[in-house]
Amino acid sequence: MKTENQKAWFFVLPVLLLVAFNALVPIMTVVNYSVQETFGNNVFFWQGVDLFEQILRSERFQAALGRQFLFTASILIIEVPLGIIIALSMPRQGIWVSVCLVMMALPMLIPWNVVGAMWNIFTLPEIGLLGYLMNNVLGITYDMTQNPFAAWVTIIVMDVWHWTSLVVLLSYAGLVSIPDAYYQAAKIDAASPWKVFRYIQLPKMKTVLTIAILLRFMDSFNIYTEPFVLTGGGPGNSTTLLSIDLVKIALGQFDLGPAAAMSLIYFAITLLVSWLFYTLMTKDDRK
Amino acid sequence: MAKITLSKLRHSYLPHPANIQDYALKEIDLDWQDGGAYALLGPSGCGKSTLLNIISGLLKPSSGRILFNDRDVTDLPPDQRNIAQVFQFPVIYDTMTVRENFAFPLRNRGVDEEKIASRVEQIAALLEVEDMLDIRASNLSPDNKQKVSMGRGLVREDVNVVMFDEPLTVIDPHLKWKLRSKLKELHQRVGATMIYVTHDQTEALTFADQVVVMQEGEVVQIGTPVELFERPQHVFVGHFIGSPGMNILPVTLKDGDVLFENHVMALEGPVIGSGGQLQLGIRPEFISFADQGIRGQVHKVSDVGRHSIVEVVVGSSHVKAVGAGQMPAKGDWVNLAFRQDQTRLYRDGWIATEAQA
Repeated sequence: MKTENQKAWFFVLPVLLLVAFNALVPIMTVVNYSVQETFGNNVFFWQGVDLFEQILRSERFQAALGRQFLFTASILIIEVPLGIIIALSMPRQGIWVSVCLVMMALPMLIPWNVVGAMWNIFTLPEIGLLGYLMNNVLGITYDMTQNPFAAWVTIIVMDVWHWTSLVVLLSYAGLVSIPDAYYQAAKIDAASPWKVFRYIQLPKMKTVLTIAILLRFMDSFNIYTEPFVLTGGGPGNSTTLLSIDLVKIALGQFDLGPAAAMSLIYFAITLLVSWLFYTLMTKDDRK
Repeated sequence: MAKITLSKLRHSYLPHPANIQDYALKEIDLDWQDGGAYALLGPSGCGKSTLLNIISGLLKPSSGRILFNDRDVTDLPPDQRNIAQVFQFPVIYDTMTVRENFAFPLRNRGVDEEKIASRVEQIAALLEVEDMLDIRASNLSPDNKQKVSMGRGLVREDVNVVMFDEPLTVIDPHLKWKLRSKLKELHQRVGATMIYVTHDQTEALTFADQVVVMQEGEVVQIGTPVELFERPQHVFVGHFIGSPGMNILPVTLKDGDVLFENHVMALEGPVIGSGGQLQLGIRPEFISFADQGIRGQVHKVSDVGRHSIVEVVVGSSHVKAVGAGQMPAKGDWVNLAFRQDQTRLYRDGWIATEAQA
């Protein structure tokens, strides 16, 4: 028997309120700022889409966006294959499984600002362990506070150290779910180790890898704390990623209008890339 | 195609097996003829899958030899034994089409493309999947997936033996029957030696010319389906095969007579050996209701369609009888007649009467 009433809506109400207060209202506030300009005293001037145009045309924004894409691309190119390789070489059974899993999870448990501070101290020339080793023992000039290339290498290595584990753990979960029969059939079919990887392991890992790449993309694209603590965006502007630049505009210069417009563009890019990637990766499954 | 000989095979999953209980397989000796259809039948955990994996080379036995056509293959890896194996769950390469799945084992062995194309067509025709060749294998139904994994084995012309490890487990009941008869037909057309592992007696009996019944790592009896049914060598076979299984009744020996609930029993032939624990075995199909005989009260009557199963209490024992037509009702007193040539004595589980010629 079917009774029709509207009671069900009441059950959705708490979630609706929660979403409204933690997502919709803040976003709408930002939208409100992005179409107006203010010089203080709560006096606002209507600007329309002018601020968006101004941001998109500014060389400063374009440079920061370029650096952001370069950073995200670099860490994905390193972390995804490295994570898969580590997952493949991890034991599948025995006491070493839990040892490996705990070791892998450790970097992810450290708070982001601590990671930045750790690497900052570690890599400082003269006093840092790595800095001292490179400059004074090995004789290689390495100063991430002065040299942009050294700064880039340091933030990338730091991110790889911090987040490769995520790819490893997700890939590993995909790998252990493959039944033994697949490997046995591959043996009987005389498949080479590469073919086992290409036709059994990789397809079975596809779903978790999609999630891993998506998470790594979003996290690295929005990264702020670690590079800010490590390099503060320098030397010069060489490691000023989008989020660091955004904070400089919003809180440093207190340009609320342009900062709001920039936030929305930033958000739209993240959303668009994630959506494109996810749609492409799951295209075959829905056929 | 090959004749398969298993000689003194033993296997233990423990690194240092101490006693006989540590072995999953306890000394297996078998000879399988070229082109035969065999079934390995037994309950879960009896070692049948272990035995299969040893034949295919996925497991290395603790001791003993495996011979294909008198050639020792014990140390060869699976891909050099020229075997095909179909697993419990269909193993297919998801990202490939059906055609690529069939071609995969041939490509890995460097067969030329022209030859591969013609073999793939042949196998597709044999399995009746021609119209699915260009579909991605992951989109198939379970029974067709199982056909594809079968095809990957059959596509090789030099295949020695095709092994099936409970291949119908995930198939829907109405397709099970279809696929089973397809397997039988395949055996007749391909002519390869086939080994079928199952715990389902119907599957084993319909597929195989010869059934190997296993229990706790040992071969209990090898025989044709008829032999297993008619003259079980061990009470386990009698009980495991048949529905319901054989009646296993406690008996005692007194002055040369076999007594069951104080009735002297007539056996198929003379008793062999002495001592041990004695049991009487007779299939429910060979017990009938008569005017005279062993008296008992009907405890339960189950109508299973074509016939009824009647459970009769005689003294402290329950005896099952199968019959068609008019059956006694619950609570009735009846007289049971045991057919003499089907009444056997078992000593410590093993048969202890000689068959009358």
